[in-house]
Amino acid sequence: MSEKTQLYLNGVSRSFDGFKAINNLSLIIERGEMRAVIGPNGAGKTTMMDIITGKTRPDTGEVIWGEDTDLTKVDEAGSARLGIGRKFQKPTVFETHTVEDNLHLSLKADRSVFGTLFHRTTDAERARVDELLDLVRLTAQRDDLAGDLSHGQKQWLEIGMLLAQDPELLLVDEPAAGMTDAETMRTAELLRDIAGKHSVVVVEHDMEFVRALGCKVTVLHQGAVLADGSLDHVSANPEVIETYLGR
Amino acid sequence: MSLTKLIDRRMGIFLGLLFLVTVCVPLGNLVMSPDSALHVPSFAVALMGKYLCYALLAVALDLVWGYCGILSLGHGAFFALGGYAMGMHLMREIGDRGVYANPDLPDFMVFLNWDRLPWFWHGFDMFWFAAIMALVVPGLLAFVFGWFAFRSRVTGVYLSIITQAMTYALMLAFFRNEMGFGGNNGLTDFKDVLGFDLQSDATRVGLFVCSALALAGGLLLSKWITASKLGKVLVSIRDAESRTRFLGYRVEGYKLFVFVVSAMLAGLAGALYTPQVGIINPGEFSPANSIEIVIWVALGGRGTLVGAALGAIIVALSKTLLTGWIPEIWLFALGAMFILVTLYLPKGVLGFIEASRDRLRPKAKAAPVKEAEA
Repeated sequence: MSEKTQLYLNGVSRSFDGFKAINNLSLIIERGEMRAVIGPNGAGKTTMMDIITGKTRPDTGEVIWGEDTDLTKVDEAGSARLGIGRKFQKPTVFETHTVEDNLHLSLKADRSVFGTLFHRTTDAERARVDELLDLVRLTAQRDDLAGDLSHGQKQWLEIGMLLAQDPELLLVDEPAAGMTDAETMRTAELLRDIAGKHSVVVVEHDMEFVRALGCKVTVLHQGAVLADGSLDHVSANPEVIETYLGR
Repeated sequence: MSLTKLIDRRMGIFLGLLFLVTVCVPLGNLVMSPDSALHVPSFAVALMGKYLCYALLAVALDLVWGYCGILSLGHGAFFALGGYAMGMHLMREIGDRGVYANPDLPDFMVFLNWDRLPWFWHGFDMFWFAAIMALVVPGLLAFVFGWFAFRSRVTGVYLSIITQAMTYALMLAFFRNEMGFGGNNGLTDFKDVLGFDLQSDATRVGLFVCSALALAGGLLLSKWITASKLGKVLVSIRDAESRTRFLGYRVEGYKLFVFVVSAMLAGLAGALYTPQVGIINPGEFSPANSIEIVIWVALGGRGTLVGAALGAIIVALSKTLLTGWIPEIWLFALGAMFILVTLYLPKGVLGFIEASRDRLRPKAKAAPVKEAEA
């Protein structure tokens, strides 16, 4: 396997009560690459993310992280500690914590029980949080409860929390859902900035947004890869038109 | 962590009041003459000591329920186990002053024709051993129970049900004479503790002061835990468990930690309770008792620690007054209190007091709430 490979899925299948959510799926994500994954509802996008983050175990197939780490053997916290950050479709932040605390809790640090009990916030951590607040444009809201933010602001806070983890791979599920056009474009810009330093996999329905990302696109259908390439290339694929874009 | 973060406004006020009571009650009992209007009768000292034990138990439950969302309906079990550990020591202290005057065996064992002390009663003749066991046994039960429950990701109402089953099972077990804990009658007829006569006023006052200190210590320990980064992780688990997992926190470890700490605080409360009420029996394990603890916390204000302590004292005091006055209506009154608080005071009595204060002095609210990091 190439040294550039960050994540390698080979022949992964997973069924729920006879329904094949993922069917012989193979995928390679390179280091620093940004990839958009599109597909109709039920194409297996969320299950794919669940498998990568250790929430769901595949029935068959390999999921390899970096050189040789087997991702089918780790749990959610384990995958996070390896460097996989995940953003949910519905923005999920800690609503009763302040914006600032949300970021502090996400910062890369000792995650053990006693490590957190005796944790003391360092100047470096404070500086990093200031930097992130600036990046996701929430400096003015730092002392507000996260539950009081607007939908778009929550989405950004969650992206900020992901970045605070400093993951090697970000899995981002429909980041532009419920955003205004301006917010959508700003989110695409933010993700483009992130890619390069981190690998990014974006699951998205919004074609405008995928176009704005300007990256390689993978089309999923019935749990397997239907086509991949540039957006223009896959959009021209008759099968893709039939199953997805044409509808 | 700075002191201001540990002792915030509500904690300061509560500890101040607690200190005042802890100074005044012993003075009123020991110094004032029985004819004086300021005299505090001995039964009232023991009663207030009992309330303080309940308050500590409520703080223990608030730590897991208010901050980590673990609604335990079995916290009475940890309390009772702590109470039994201390009760076993007090039984051994009786020595040959029992009815059967057996120097080694408590009366109930002689009555059952046992000829030697069961293995698990050894060591309880030493106070320090019993004191440690009052913390270790509840802690160990919480650890084993939590280890399986939290690793299997049992949450919400299912967890509440199995905690309830746990305390119920323990109640049935402790009712059995063969268990060796005095069966139905439990442990009672205590004479003295550390050489002090349990019937004397000075001993009662001493136990009362110990209960107040334990409550203050339990509050400060809980506050320290909840104000730390770990405390913030606990709240995160309460509000968005899977988000917390995906940030790399092993949720089960955090739950286990706080559950064990809470069980040990409950055990401490039980150990102080037994000598003050003079009896511990399997009724303390009854599910209804554990549910009542939840009512204390909800009534006082969940997730505030101080509110939980306040709630326990309010309910226990009303219970004493009402059961003395018109005993038949106590359960209805408890139910009514719970319903009224749920409907009209969602943040409990403490939340209501603080909201009223802010309404009376709206300007005070403008002050920045967030304190600087320590």
